[in-house]
Formats: sequence, C-alpha cells, structure tokens
Amino acid sequence: MFSNTTFRTASRLSSRQVSPLLKSTSVRATSSSFPAQTRSAGTTSENVTQDQAHSILAAQRKLRPISPHLSIYQPQLTWYLSILNRITGVALSGGIYVFALAYLAAPTFGLHLESATIAAAFGSLPVAAKVGIKAAVALPFTFHSWNGIRHLLWDTGKALDIKGVYRTGYVVLGLTTLSTVYLAFM
Amino acid sequence: MSASILSRTALRASSSVVRPTAVRTLASVATSQSAPAEKKANIKKFEIYRWNPDTPEKKPFMQTYELDLNQTGPMVLDALIRLKNEVDPTLTFRRSCREGICGSCAMNIQGSNTLACLCRIDTSSSAPVKIYPLPHTYIVKDLVPDLTQFYKQYKSIKPYLQRKTATEDGKENRQSIADRKKLDGLYECILCACCATSCPSYWWNSSDYLGPAVLLQSYRWIADSRDEFKAERKMALENEMSLYRCHTIMNCAKTCPKGLNPGQAIANVNPLTSPYL
Repeated sequence: MFSNTTFRTASRLSSRQVSPLLKSTSVRATSSSFPAQTRSAGTTSENVTQDQAHSILAAQRKLRPISPHLSIYQPQLTWYLSILNRITGVALSGGIYVFALAYLAAPTFGLHLESATIAAAFGSLPVAAKVGIKAAVALPFTFHSWNGIRHLLWDTGKALDIKGVYRTGYVVLGLTTLSTVYLAFM
Repeated sequence: MSASILSRTALRASSSVVRPTAVRTLASVATSQSAPAEKKANIKKFEIYRWNPDTPEKKPFMQTYELDLNQTGPMVLDALIRLKNEVDPTLTFRRSCREGICGSCAMNIQGSNTLACLCRIDTSSSAPVKIYPLPHTYIVKDLVPDLTQFYKQYKSIKPYLQRKTATEDGKENRQSIADRKKLDGLYECILCACCATSCPSYWWNSSDYLGPAVLLQSYRWIADSRDEFKAERKMALENEMSLYRCHTIMNCAKTCPKGLNPGQAIANVNPLTSPYL
C-alpha cells in the first residue's frame, strides 16, 4: 500500500508538468474561474527509501483527525430511540437515588419529605403545574417501560429487521404518548 | 510558459466555490458529454470534508464545489470522479468497481453511510450534498479513512473454513441446499465498514467491540455446516466486549448498502437470544 514514493499534491499544483495539448485547452478555459484542464493524476512523486516512507507515515498517523460522527449522522428512529432509552433510564434511576438519599438525610437537616408533606405541597399547586410535573415524570417512565418491552421482544430474536424495528419503535412512541397523557391528567 | 502563468493567476483568483467550465475538455470524455447548448445548467452544490496530512496544522474543513448535473452521471461517485478529474485533482477518495461490489467508496453521504457508487445524487431538493468520510474513523486524507483496526478485527475471527476431520471421500466439503441457504444474507457482505462506522457503540468501543460487520462475518462461519470449530468460535466471543457491546441500536441494518442485517446476525450469534445455538 505504501511504496517507496510519497505523494505531495497541494504544494506542487502550479509547478506540475502539463502536456502541450493540454496547455492549449487550459488557455481557453481561463475565461472561467478555474483552469479546467489539469493533469488528471494531479500528483508528482519523489523517491524516498522505505524507512523514510515509514517515518513519514508514522508522523502523519499521530496527527490524524477523527472524522465527525454524532454531530453529522442522520437523525434516525434507530439511534434516537436508543439514546432516549439510555437518557430516560439514567434520569429515572438518578431521580430515585437523589430522592432516596434526600429522604434519608432529611431528618438531619430538618427537611420534610414524608408522603403527607409532599402530597400537601403538590395539592396546593395550580392545575397547570400539577399536569406539567406529572407529565415530566410520566414521559420518561412510560417510554423507558414500553421500550424495555421492545428490548425483551428483541431478546427473543424477533422484530430485528428494519421493518420490525420501525414498527415497534412507532408503537412505543404511540403508547408513550397515550400513557403519558393519561397519567398526566389522572 | 504563458499558459502556466495564466492558469496560476486563475488559481489564485478562484474563490472557495469552484466549478468546472462548460468547455468540453480532454479528461471529461469519460464522465461527461457536451450538453446541448439550449439546455439550462442544473447546478448542484457538493460540500465535501477535506483534510490534508501534508498540512496537518490546518483543521479539517468543508469545501464547496459546484457541478452541472446535466453533464454528470447520476451517482455521487460520478460527481466525485468528475470533480477530481476536472475541478480539483487534490480531492482524495477511494473507489474501484463503481458497481457496489468492492466496498471502496464507502462514505457518509447526507448523514448516512453508504457506497457513493450506489447512492443517487439527490435532485429533489436544492440543498447541497454533504459528504463526510465514514464516521469516527482516523482520517488518512479527505474521504479516506484508516480501516486498519477494522481489518485486524476481521482477521481475529478467523474468516475461513476450519475443519478437524477430512471428508469421507477425500473430496470437497459438500453441504445440502438447505444448509447452503443458511448463508444467504451473510455471504453477500463486502466489508465496506458502513455498518461498523454507523454504530455508536462501535464509535465509543472500537478498540475492543468487534462491531456489526465483523460479528456478521463471525456468524457466517458459525452458521456454516462445513465448519467444525463452532464451539471455539463462540468461546472467542465470550467476554465483556467482543459481542455484548451490541445494544440493538440497529443503525447497522438501516445503513447497509447491500440490504443485509448485521443486527439480526448478532442476535443469532448471541447464545442468550439465538434461536440457532
């Protein structure tokens, strides 16, 4: 793959050899913005030893960028639902941990997190806030639950073709919407 | 002499948007025909990822090119070849067969991994065609990714027939039509790495997770009735990373330019979910 030659292209563009035939075309082409005809293999090569080639390659390898990924990949149901499953899972279990620890620590700091106190505080909120808070909790909970069932279905080896993945994905989204609305207004 | 001065001036004068001339030139014979004069130019923009190892201090950037689609073939690879021949010979990409069997021109087009030779240029909108290299790979130059790790992983699953016994008659290893059918949907894989580099799990764990393409290949040999090392092949995958980093994201099946389903193959190779093992 990497022979005894190294390719330098950009720096040599202007000094490359052009055959007389091509030169005449390039004169005509200058009426536009770019010389249309250039040597089709736009490279010049120079001889280097195999060791030199290896060291050039090694130096290049250190500096190689990683091509863009998350930021450029097309939004698709496949990986969007997958990351949503991960996010809702982290949020739900994180919420449980935070509340449980706060509940444990509450007496020490004189806080009141007992069911009766929370129910009373929630009851005094305006209706919009009640529905909003319930929806904010119900959405990740129902999505994660329905998508969990989807994963169990996949674990039996079923619905793993693209048709199955999309059909079950839309079913999960539909059920999530319905159950979130139901729980939010319950 | 005068010609080279002229062309140098033109080079400097050109803006970041470069377009080939309508003049039919020598190298254009293969890819473009001179369009009828009355036909209006159908200009399409192409935004292409560029990075040059000779100037590594210059960060990767998107370069915009314009082509008249009336003079360009229908596929993205046609456009790339024409750009390289007629506009910018420094544009670098891999290509070989131009018919979807070699896997060389795998790249990210309009956000999705596919083969440039099988991907039509989108004419339904005026939006530019965005072309990136395969995602989350080390870039050798422009659209050329370093697939060394991918090939090493392929080698690690021993992608060849392994036998412990000779056949009864000493002739070739035969299999029934039914057994041969089990390899359909597996043997067609051309190892273009579209699926592997579409998998977020592979993005984050490519040093240890084998990825959809290599696992599909692994299953291709486990499913082969002639192979006698199935137990060893399965044992080689029994660790935290090689197989179990698959989270059924299914980008692999969505993106495969050959219409295969690596996600299903991974489920088949996983002893917990496989109906076959």
